[in-house]
Amino acid sequence: MLKIQNLKVNRDGKEVLRGVSLNIKPGEVHILMGPNGSGKSTLASALMGNPVFEVVGGSVILDGRSLLNLSPDKRAKFGLFLAFQYPVEVSGVSMRGFLRAVYKELGRPVESFNKDLEKNLKLLNMSSAFMERFLNDGFSGGEKKKSEILQLALFSPKYAILDEMDSGLDVSALKTVAESISKIKAENPDLGILIITHYQRILKYLDVDFVHILSEGKISRSGGRELVEEVEEKGYDKLKVKSQRSKINVKSKK
Amino acid sequence: MSKVKSNLNLDDYKYGFSYPEDYVFKSKKGLGENIVRGISKIKKEPLWMLEYRLNAYKIFLSKKMPAWGGDLSKIDFDDIYYYLKPSQGEVQKWEDLPKGIKATYDRIGIPEAEQKYLSGVKAQYESEVVYGSLLADLTKKGVIFLGMDEALEKHSALVMEYFGKAVPSADNKFSALNSAVWSGGSFIYVPKNVKVDLPLQAYFRMNAKKMGQFERTLIIADEGSFVSYIEGCTAPVYSANSLHSAVVEIFVKKNARIRYTTVQNWSKNVYNLVTKRAFVYENGIMEWVDGNIGSKLTMKYPSIYLMEQGAKGAILSMAFAGKNQHQDAGGKAVHLASKTSSQIISKSISRGGGRASYRGLIKVANLAENCKSNVVCDALILDENSRSDTYPIMDVKGAYARVSHEASVNKVDEDQLFYLTSRGVSKHDAANMIVNGFIEPIVKEFPMEYAMELNRLISIELEGNAKNRR
Repeated sequence: MLKIQNLKVNRDGKEVLRGVSLNIKPGEVHILMGPNGSGKSTLASALMGNPVFEVVGGSVILDGRSLLNLSPDKRAKFGLFLAFQYPVEVSGVSMRGFLRAVYKELGRPVESFNKDLEKNLKLLNMSSAFMERFLNDGFSGGEKKKSEILQLALFSPKYAILDEMDSGLDVSALKTVAESISKIKAENPDLGILIITHYQRILKYLDVDFVHILSEGKISRSGGRELVEEVEEKGYDKLKVKSQRSKINVKSKK
Repeated sequence: MSKVKSNLNLDDYKYGFSYPEDYVFKSKKGLGENIVRGISKIKKEPLWMLEYRLNAYKIFLSKKMPAWGGDLSKIDFDDIYYYLKPSQGEVQKWEDLPKGIKATYDRIGIPEAEQKYLSGVKAQYESEVVYGSLLADLTKKGVIFLGMDEALEKHSALVMEYFGKAVPSADNKFSALNSAVWSGGSFIYVPKNVKVDLPLQAYFRMNAKKMGQFERTLIIADEGSFVSYIEGCTAPVYSANSLHSAVVEIFVKKNARIRYTTVQNWSKNVYNLVTKRAFVYENGIMEWVDGNIGSKLTMKYPSIYLMEQGAKGAILSMAFAGKNQHQDAGGKAVHLASKTSSQIISKSISRGGGRASYRGLIKVANLAENCKSNVVCDALILDENSRSDTYPIMDVKGAYARVSHEASVNKVDEDQLFYLTSRGVSKHDAANMIVNGFIEPIVKEFPMEYAMELNRLISIELEGNAKNRR
């Protein structure tokens, strides 16, 4: 289980998370929604150990191991994965070389790498031409998300945090990403997932166990799928945020 | 092997070992007209070369030390051995070399490389070429690959025609010094339309303390020909300084192409002050691929003179400046004819207090029209104590020139580090990946074996860095 208890996080001395608690069991899919600035991405980054965030209280336990004093690479080795909202470009580092290095680093047998990679490329309908490029370098928004999804599939963590995988994607790309996540989930039934999102639209394509609303650094509501509909109807406490977002949706459909 | 003195504990430098001096001839320490005459005499040179040397020596004395670039004040010209003859003549079999010399090249891996991917090899130890080989079919096609001294003996007219024509003695103080006391180096002539598929390689090794190595290289690619030449160099680690001052002259004839690759890995007690220049004629192509990892101070700016229409040149320069190192590198492109083009790509890394400088010149002469030149120079600084400088000069007189210069100075990006470490890669390995990625555009231009060696060397350097920080 990934157990987040009363997590408090500051950035530049300012409170961002003011006591977040959340339990994710193996195989569960959780959705974390909330308006802009509610601290969703901070939670994702802090869980992975980004040094720009300062954890000032609480605990994060992964299958009995406390994560908070560990560097990001150690957290990854214990089975935590973060799909970035804005995947970083690293020029000169080949996609294939990087994936192989991580694969090895995670203690997976290097001799099965090529086979495993092929399998996952196929699963996600991705071209192996991807592999000859540099890590995320010059990738389009959609390609970057695919790169994250591929890494999720290949590295098969125990718990994955997907930070706004649906942002900046048009409807068909969004559908592809959501379907890929479903496929990965089907392959790894024990994978626990925390999906962070602004919108409900990705939920059309995904089976979800729990929905949480993050508001002003705390989880204000938790429930099932029905909570999504409620949000859709009433909006977050700030309706303006939602309408602004809808406009962007329309634009990106073109 | 038991006689090997290993200095490896002083440094992570793999080539820091040395063997006892057991030489045929060693000149007295220091420089003087007698030394210059002595070198010429021992080589039984024609009179014109002796006169050339003596004239160069006068020029050397008359020129002041350069006041720019790196700190040259610690060079003591009287505390250097200018000529060391390690063995009796060049051999064609490694087995025929004196034991210590053979063992040196075995440890560096030259015979192995020769077997795998080279057309020919020259190995220079101290002042002389001690070993040489060239594939038989290249000899048949008329390719000449000789030590410079042997070339002077056997192809005197050809040498006389080109020697000192691209780099005159008076070009700078160190070209004058080289012209006065030069010994060894390669001479290559590739006949018309002959393509040398596999590279030719020269390997330069200094073994003695306070050594001065002054090889002289001359390459002529006749019309429509191609040759790729690689040079490597290493030296033992000593507390006393050594001096390496070479002159390299290249002539790329009409439609010919030369690629000249350097993997410079001198120990950190070597001053490396080298003048390299290529003259490129109609539609010819010259490529300098220049990797500088070692030395205490390097001042080297491979130059391309585009002499006739359609000539092209590229300089790909990579420099790594670690603790107590200053790499003052870069390149020059001089457009003397219309429709010529040049490109300079420079990548430097400085760390541990090291200093990497880019120094470049783009010149487009008055009557040279429609010329193109593109300079990209990127620096990566790994810590607060290290330094990077850029000194670009552009002197564009010709009409319709398109000249561009892009420069960037970077640090290892925290977002990149977090992204890579979040996948399970340690911070140290992540930094390594980023650095190797940064130089990839240059490193990929090296032959694969050398590219791997460069990546390995840089990893070792970063390793040292990590250790120091702990």
